[in-house]
Amino acid sequence: MIALLLALGLAHGECTVLVGAEGATLVLDEGEIQSVEEEAPAACTAVNLPEGAQVTPAFIEPSTALGLVEVSLEQNTVDSSSNESDPVRAALTVMDGYNPRSTLIGVARLGGIGTAVLVPGGGLISGQSAAVDLVGATQAEALITPSVGMHAGLGGGGGSRSQTLMRLREVLEDARVYGRNRAAFDGDRFRDLAAERLDLEALQRVLSKEIPLVVSVQRASDIEALLRLAEEVGIRLVLVGASEGWLLGEQLAAANVPVVLDPLVYGPGSFDQIHARADNAALLHAAGVPVVISSFSSHNARTLRQAAGNAVRGGLPHDVALAAITRTPAAVFGLEDHGRLEPGAVGNVAVWSGDPLEPSSELLHLYLRGEAMPLTSRQTALFEKYRSLGE
Amino acid sequence: MRLSKGGMLLSLTTFLACATTPPAGDVGEVDLSFGLAPYEAVGRSPVEAPAVEVAPAVILQNARILTAAGGDIASGFIVLRDGRIEALGAGAPPAPPPNATVVDAKGGVVTPGLIDTHSHLGVYPSPGARAHRDGNEATSPTTAGVWAEHSFWPQDPGLQRAVAGGVTTLQALPGSANLIGGRGVVLHLVPTRGSRAMRFPGAPETVKMACGENPKRVYGGKGGAPSTRMGNLRGQRAAFASAQRLLEDWERHSQELAQFHAKEGDDGGERGLPPQAPARDLDQETLVGVLRGEILPQVHCYRADDMISILQMADEFGFEIRSFHHALEAYKIRDILAEEGVASSTWADWWGFKLEAYDGIPQNAALLAESGARAIIHSDSSVGIQRLNQEAAKAYYAGVHAGIALDETEALRWITANPAWALGIQDEVGTLEPGKRADLVLWDGPPFSNYTRAAQVYIDGALVFDAENPGAPWSDFVTGQGERSP
Repeated sequence: MIALLLALGLAHGECTVLVGAEGATLVLDEGEIQSVEEEAPAACTAVNLPEGAQVTPAFIEPSTALGLVEVSLEQNTVDSSSNESDPVRAALTVMDGYNPRSTLIGVARLGGIGTAVLVPGGGLISGQSAAVDLVGATQAEALITPSVGMHAGLGGGGGSRSQTLMRLREVLEDARVYGRNRAAFDGDRFRDLAAERLDLEALQRVLSKEIPLVVSVQRASDIEALLRLAEEVGIRLVLVGASEGWLLGEQLAAANVPVVLDPLVYGPGSFDQIHARADNAALLHAAGVPVVISSFSSHNARTLRQAAGNAVRGGLPHDVALAAITRTPAAVFGLEDHGRLEPGAVGNVAVWSGDPLEPSSELLHLYLRGEAMPLTSRQTALFEKYRSLGE
Repeated sequence: MRLSKGGMLLSLTTFLACATTPPAGDVGEVDLSFGLAPYEAVGRSPVEAPAVEVAPAVILQNARILTAAGGDIASGFIVLRDGRIEALGAGAPPAPPPNATVVDAKGGVVTPGLIDTHSHLGVYPSPGARAHRDGNEATSPTTAGVWAEHSFWPQDPGLQRAVAGGVTTLQALPGSANLIGGRGVVLHLVPTRGSRAMRFPGAPETVKMACGENPKRVYGGKGGAPSTRMGNLRGQRAAFASAQRLLEDWERHSQELAQFHAKEGDDGGERGLPPQAPARDLDQETLVGVLRGEILPQVHCYRADDMISILQMADEFGFEIRSFHHALEAYKIRDILAEEGVASSTWADWWGFKLEAYDGIPQNAALLAESGARAIIHSDSSVGIQRLNQEAAKAYYAGVHAGIALDETEALRWITANPAWALGIQDEVGTLEPGKRADLVLWDGPPFSNYTRAAQVYIDGALVFDAENPGAPWSDFVTGQGERSP
């Protein structure tokens, strides 16, 4: 990665220029990247970057409950999973529960994260994920798009696998039937369907391939069954977890199914992960599968760069690992103006003192939508408060 | 360590035999120790011999050597002989002894074997399974008499993966459902059939205790006690009050026994019945060991005020806490922890998963170190234990980036020398010094990089992990499962 001269334009006309030690330039305006390697407007405020600084797109955490949870064990602060008994909650959108003032957001930003895909949990079909930039005091300001994926879970522990698959197939097929016969449904001339009307309605966007069905799944045989279902029903699939995904690299590549994975998972944590291995990401990439990396954490989303570093340790090329927390998740979740340092991209930019995938590197600047973020959080406030004990 | 008031020696045989059989004729002195030795002494111990085959001699040369004791070596050698570190130094090694294995470690970095003070490997093994949930005897809030050793499954696939991450010793602990959860056990990570053979030779016994949310949630949730923090403290104080009484009974018995034998000697013939020893009580024996300073308390505790309550309780009963665990708010009381000499085993960055973890900050370890308190990075995780070096790195750089003066030696001590102290094995391992056990890691790069891997791991001089030749899996569970990681 080259150091960049970077001009970050704000909507109200001010802009900042980051002057890299090695001279390349990147110009942003109106909160977007306008051009790369071009001289910055003179009106911009220059910020000189130290030798060795590296500039990356702000990272995208693709599977988190940032802003949906404050204290995991305090149920009244948790809005990431619904406890309703109906396993099908396709109509649920997490955005209504997003708290832009959550203390987790500042903590995540200090890990270089600028964008998050907020994922619902629980049930067979958990609901729709939303994408936010980690900015703004309101939901409206933070929101990028309220529905980027329909989330589901598969695997051991919830009845038989065949039964789960059957139920998923039934719901998707009924959604198809419903979509073609809304008038009959509204006229009450319809048999009972496998899900409620709002859920069937929400699933139309999965059936039209507008959004992917994002399925948490680990075991290779479950992935295989899921690939069959996706082909049969005609939907786009994204896998989450996929510890045993490397066993099916060719099939996943052929079906163009991206995988969101955790490179830190190494070992048979469950019976669904007997064949998990440390080079899962590298093997999937080598097979041609788009690889996305997640921290799978909310409080500790900042470990995303450690996760990417460990994928490199497991053999994934460095540039692919970096793409796996920027460009690739943006492509998978339809956020094409994110995750890249290119003209027209959103001005979400992180500046590091060195290789961002190494713990020795420090976040020097974070710009989101062209605006400099304060590098503070409730944790830095606690640190300052206790920096001296008044001895 | 404090000794109990009497500090008397009674005969071990008497202590162990009295409750069930009449005392033996040749009654000498009774050892009031409640460590492992008395239990082993009555068995055909050890049933399984320790498993490590000590290598005759190994020399690693051309390595950067981080000793964790200061005095790092930019390029040098380390000689391992008969399971111990014989010598280390800069430059070329002395002539190798016959049968020595010589390893060219050029480009590599040697550190002490990593030590994790907080693991549930073996007691909550992989794969997660109902049948293997052996970590919490959550049937009563005080179960000081249970031993993690007896739950520990040596076939846990996580063990070999921890070794591959450079860990040579861990403390396996009961969970934190209970106020006093039972004895921990300090283990060398070597393949064995039973857990006892993994015991780190000569390591003291430890006991797991917990404060705060977990015990009150587990028992309060069942409508029982404790259901509050004050209930937690009552439970712990009541247990130690009982143990104190048992200790006094034993001390009284010791005196009576001494008098009995003295009288016996005087009148030369008349032999009455010897005094009856107190009944065995496995729970209280563990706590008596704590009161006598022989069993090292390891206390799960998050909040600063909770830790202070525990310190006050320990003071009330006259014992010392060896290490707090998790200790996310240790930075708030680092002056007290430094003064009391209590270690803090914590994570680099975990926080917020419950309310008592809400104030965790990534500079916790760095602030403790700066204040002269003992900081330790522990894993408490089958995943984290595979890269404890990275966890220490994160905590180190969080401190450095915040302007705290630290060096790499201090940060390395968080996963080597300091955990060794917390487990009472600091004279045997934790730094690279002549005479210490040859537990060490050869890394393929700087240990605080995310890209670095362990190339070789030695325990007692024996090569237990070799990245170039990983060999067959130790775990019977993994054996025969088909495709697996290299």
